[in-house]
Amino acid sequence: MTKVRSLADLKKLKEEVQSKIKLREKGDHPENLIQIKVSMATCGIASGAKETMNFMIEELDHQGIDALVTQTGCMGFCYAEPTIELTMPGKQPVIYGYVDKQKAQEIIDRHIKMNELVDGIIPVNYKTIDD
Amino acid sequence: MADYKMHVLVCGGTGCKASQSELIKKNFQNQLEERGLDQDVQVIHTGCFGFCEQGPIVKIQPDNTFYVGVTPEDSREIVEEHLIKGRKVERLLYTDPTTLGQITESKNMDFYKKQVRVALRNCGFINPENIEEYIGNNGYAALGKCLEELSPEQAIQTIIDSGLRGRGGGGFPTGLKWDITRKVEHEQKYVVCNADEGDPGAFMDRSILEGDPHTVIEAMAICGYCIGANKGLVYIRAEYPLAIQRLKTALRQARQYGLLGQNILGTDFDFDIEIRYGAGAFVCGEETALIHSMEGKRGEPTFKPPFPSQEGYLGKPTNVNNVETFANVPPIITKGAEWFSSIGTEKSKGTKVFALAGKINNVGLIEVPMGTTLREVIYDIGGGIKNGKEFKSVQTGGPSGGCLTKAFLDTPIDYDNLLAAGSMMGSGGMIVMDEDDCMVSIAKFYLEFTLDESCGKCTPCRIGNKRLHEILEKITEGKGTPEDLTKLRMLSHVIKDSSLCGLGQTSPNPVLSTLDNFMHEYEAHINDSTCPAGQCKALLQYIIDDEKCTGCTLCFRNCPVGAISGEKRSPHYIDQTLCIKCGACYEKCKFDAIKIA
Repeated sequence: MTKVRSLADLKKLKEEVQSKIKLREKGDHPENLIQIKVSMATCGIASGAKETMNFMIEELDHQGIDALVTQTGCMGFCYAEPTIELTMPGKQPVIYGYVDKQKAQEIIDRHIKMNELVDGIIPVNYKTIDD
Repeated sequence: MADYKMHVLVCGGTGCKASQSELIKKNFQNQLEERGLDQDVQVIHTGCFGFCEQGPIVKIQPDNTFYVGVTPEDSREIVEEHLIKGRKVERLLYTDPTTLGQITESKNMDFYKKQVRVALRNCGFINPENIEEYIGNNGYAALGKCLEELSPEQAIQTIIDSGLRGRGGGGFPTGLKWDITRKVEHEQKYVVCNADEGDPGAFMDRSILEGDPHTVIEAMAICGYCIGANKGLVYIRAEYPLAIQRLKTALRQARQYGLLGQNILGTDFDFDIEIRYGAGAFVCGEETALIHSMEGKRGEPTFKPPFPSQEGYLGKPTNVNNVETFANVPPIITKGAEWFSSIGTEKSKGTKVFALAGKINNVGLIEVPMGTTLREVIYDIGGGIKNGKEFKSVQTGGPSGGCLTKAFLDTPIDYDNLLAAGSMMGSGGMIVMDEDDCMVSIAKFYLEFTLDESCGKCTPCRIGNKRLHEILEKITEGKGTPEDLTKLRMLSHVIKDSSLCGLGQTSPNPVLSTLDNFMHEYEAHINDSTCPAGQCKALLQYIIDDEKCTGCTLCFRNCPVGAISGEKRSPHYIDQTLCIKCGACYEKCKFDAIKIA
């Protein structure tokens, strides 16, 4: 357990975490690491995000695809829950809405394995504080 | 493995679909197949771009070109010129309304992004249950900066200069509140986070706590440092189990990392936070009632002054801020007051999170700069009204707010404009209503909520609202008189003027704003005994059309009160004195013979 004792510690930890994320993204096997974030706020969970997340973890595991599946908060697209964000190695993140098991299967089969886009991408329509 | 070099993204949002975006996609595919390019270019449908008024939208990747108002016929030109020859089709590019120049540079293609995420900056990006992801995204850097570089006065000055105002609805300048609490001398002070989000249809605070709990913890610690408090309390409603669970996890991690507790970041600043649960009473969002509830007393408001800054929790100086207000604090400290005050309008700085709900296509959580118009929020970001119906009204500010009409669609949203329009910012619930909503019933709905939630301490609120509700009930039953309208207005003003706390002082707002904006609907109920929206059951009549009725007896057999009579194979008849207007006959009729009048 890292105990942050000073601002310098905090900055060091921030850099460590950032390089860890970078390592994850641009590590030794960049062709392998696929990241999936599942929006898991109350609205997402109520629409079945847990089932989607479990299904994706199992299915990716079953097919032997190395991917990092994590949870995150509300992306704001409540009308299209469950939503996921998929980042293929070296590509921009893509958000999909209405991801039930069937859609998740399609995303795995077509986007992750074939590198095609699938209908139903939600364009990011906001700016961040760094823009 | 397909190896597409380009992608054509055709908007498949509800608005664009209505303008033939399906056909546009098909035409693109045909054009590409004809030219043997379908293995190089992929055409897909996307969700809403949030720029519906300029739809249908087509975006080409990777060069990020953004075409607006595309017709199915344009697909040929885009394929031939842009995809094959690499020349942009200029007539379909977006024209900037101020400079009248076309936007051709891909780096300027983000003009349609009307949202700016400040309070929601980490929501949906980081894992809320992992403190390291928050730290990796510049988390706790603002607290570090305050402790190492800024004196409490300097930090407060930054907040004052930023122009941040309370996001819970009142809009009191946050920096000023901190400054007042700082100046009260006492050895024990408290920082309280108000997470008692009670407006129907609002879920901004819940989403922030679920998606980014550490930002609230960090901001509370900053506030503690500024005002001289070492204890924080989060008052959260017990109905938010996931938010509570994530907040607890976040608190535990912050303590483990030494970001809460004693000697934070090696300084002599101590701070820790406890959670207090509310049982979900609306009035407990009012700060004095909230404090009483935290003390274990009845959740009833008391008269101000003394303000909580002077005598709050356990009689000690207490600074109460809302979740969203706190979420804005860390970026203000790290990026500076100037950056924050460059967003928004003259008197309302920064952004505001809204929970968009009701009869709107893209229900969701949005964050827009202050000064964005209602039209942009409803028609662009919200994707317009469901099922192509007509917009009637938008309700902001929850049970304390008002209903705004079409006339206000181009009003820039900020605290003062909404107040001037007869509504209020509130915490940020925004409920959109269409032509099928009866405004008298809407006013009645909000009053029902107030009646349930009134604590009963003061007479105007307890009894006055009850009487208001009775009059509205009378009107929706078709028994209203013209005098009732005067009574409604007078009573509303009495309640506003004489109630003890914010709940009563604002509870007649839905009545007053509908009286102001939708008088004709009240008059129709009273004078013509009709409900223009067809919602008030007592004013409806189910009638059988003789010409369409085949005498199948289906309605007769389904009527629960025996109000329908008639011979087999001849037109039936509904006895209006017996009819309870349940609508069973209307739903069952296969010949469309039953009409609502």
